[in-house]
Amino acid sequence: MELIQQLVNGISLGSIYALIALGYTMVYGIVKLINFAHGDVFMVGAFVGFYSITVLHIPFVLSLILAMAVCALFGVLIERIAYKPLRNATRIAALITAIGVSLLIEYGFIYVRGAQPEAYPGDVLPEHVIHLFGAKINSQSLLILGVSVVLMIILQFIVHKTKIGKAMRAVSFDAEAAQLMGINVDRTISSTFAIGSALAGAAGVIFGVYYIKIEPLMGVIPGLKAFVAAVLGGIGILPGAMVGGLLLGVIESLVSAFGYSLWRDGAAFVVLILILIFLPSGLFGKYRREKV
Amino acid sequence: MAIFKQAKHFWTYIVLSLVIFGVIQFMITGQMLNLFYVNTLIFIAINIILAVSLHLIIGITGQFSIGHAGFLAVGAYASGIITMKLELPFAAALLIGGLVAALAGFIIGFPSLRLRGDYLAIATLGFGEIVRIVFLNLDYVGGASGMQVNHLTTWPWVFGCILIAILVIVNFTNSTHGRACISIREDETAADAMGINTTYYKVAAFVIGAFFAGIAGGLYAHNFYIIQPSNFGFLKSFDILIFVVLGGLGSLSGSVIAAVLLTVVSTFLQDYPETRMIIYSIVLIVVMLYRPQGLMGTKEITSIFSKGKRSKGGAKDGNKQTVA
Repeated sequence: MELIQQLVNGISLGSIYALIALGYTMVYGIVKLINFAHGDVFMVGAFVGFYSITVLHIPFVLSLILAMAVCALFGVLIERIAYKPLRNATRIAALITAIGVSLLIEYGFIYVRGAQPEAYPGDVLPEHVIHLFGAKINSQSLLILGVSVVLMIILQFIVHKTKIGKAMRAVSFDAEAAQLMGINVDRTISSTFAIGSALAGAAGVIFGVYYIKIEPLMGVIPGLKAFVAAVLGGIGILPGAMVGGLLLGVIESLVSAFGYSLWRDGAAFVVLILILIFLPSGLFGKYRREKV
Repeated sequence: MAIFKQAKHFWTYIVLSLVIFGVIQFMITGQMLNLFYVNTLIFIAINIILAVSLHLIIGITGQFSIGHAGFLAVGAYASGIITMKLELPFAAALLIGGLVAALAGFIIGFPSLRLRGDYLAIATLGFGEIVRIVFLNLDYVGGASGMQVNHLTTWPWVFGCILIAILVIVNFTNSTHGRACISIREDETAADAMGINTTYYKVAAFVIGAFFAGIAGGLYAHNFYIIQPSNFGFLKSFDILIFVVLGGLGSLSGSVIAAVLLTVVSTFLQDYPETRMIIYSIVLIVVMLYRPQGLMGTKEITSIFSKGKRSKGGAKDGNKQTVA
């Protein structure tokens, strides 16, 4: 029954990865940029949630929404200041800037606030234990899954049913043609960053509620792993990011379950390298041949 | 005659560098430099080797690798094992450290160099993390608490290694192989169409770069009394990357200058690690926004003195943009 237990843990962890991965994959799909700062947006979301719960004493759902709003603004700010001037620069320049922005957020945050970790209060959400097939399932992990699924459904709705979603799909397909059709490309890119960052902020809050401990450098490893998840599912493809995130969470939990918990962090990167070598376009991606 | 002219330049530079070496060695033996300066000097030298080794991979061949600390770690641990567990001399340790790192470069490079751009960057980043986690879990080398290593790195050793590293990389760059690598940087598809075996040259540049990173790792390990996996994280790779980017992608002297400058700056900011990282990241962002080709572009410092001559290792059509 240990196995089912670990699977449940894996799905909870995986849904957090999936939420972060969605932001990565949306941004990459539109501007072809690996937004390294995305993991730090996740961190900021966790802290906003923490302060709104402990200082402002507002309930969980409102804190979640507040964190998402702050992160959306923050994401747009990053895009406007750092990435927009680089829209026509080389990919390498954009990548290096993204690394720079990520470090600036991390260490700027430490400089302002200090590096000490914080602990989410334990009574944010009621905790019940449900017994299912002999495994103990925490109600919190169900809630995490529930929140993630709801957010993903909202995202699917936005991307496929609204005007801005249509604009996003058009820009990611061909930015120049979209511009010729009268789509405001800059605004579309900004809203992509806003939506992706809001999802990362939500992931930050539920990460804090579930894993309790948060710190300024907490975004680095989940950020990288979420990127792995995005690549695993096929970068630029939304359902791919969800499946990739869940799959990666389950793989990590299984590695722990078989007694290699110290190798857990390595597993994600082994998965990354294997997927890049054997299936570079990901599980859901189509192989595209480069043309001159 | 051109060959003799080049040879004359070559000997001038060799003599010049030997003079610098002699002066500093004299100052060290005459105790004019205290331990702090000697240490800083050795640290600068190790960073120069790392910078030029990554320069070959990113600046010349255009393969964006951000896991260079992985090769540093492999070299450091391999050479540490040679001197501490097998008790062989330091020279053997450096050489074997380099060779093991080169092997690692081959193993990782051969499959992953089929990837391009962002994907390669992420794959090398993943590789760097895997190396760190492997050493973290190996009890033979002390796991997380690290491995004791004797202090063996001295100024003549590091100077010798820099000299060899720069000589090999400059000669490689100016050879047929180097030209092939530059053509891959400029346009991989076109290079392939011209009959250049792109995989071979990319792997070759990767292996040579990894070899010198491994040697730097050996020097790095024997400069401290202990090596720990946490010394070789993503931030270390990033430190090396910033030398190459700031110096100018494609400029060897640029990366050397950046390595010297940044090592001095970070030595003085040692007590304020957050401030150091903030300054680093702001510098990086500002340089990318306003001068994406770096300090030197693809020019070399020697080409400033000899005006009218074409710079070595750069694009020949006056293209000053970074094309990597």
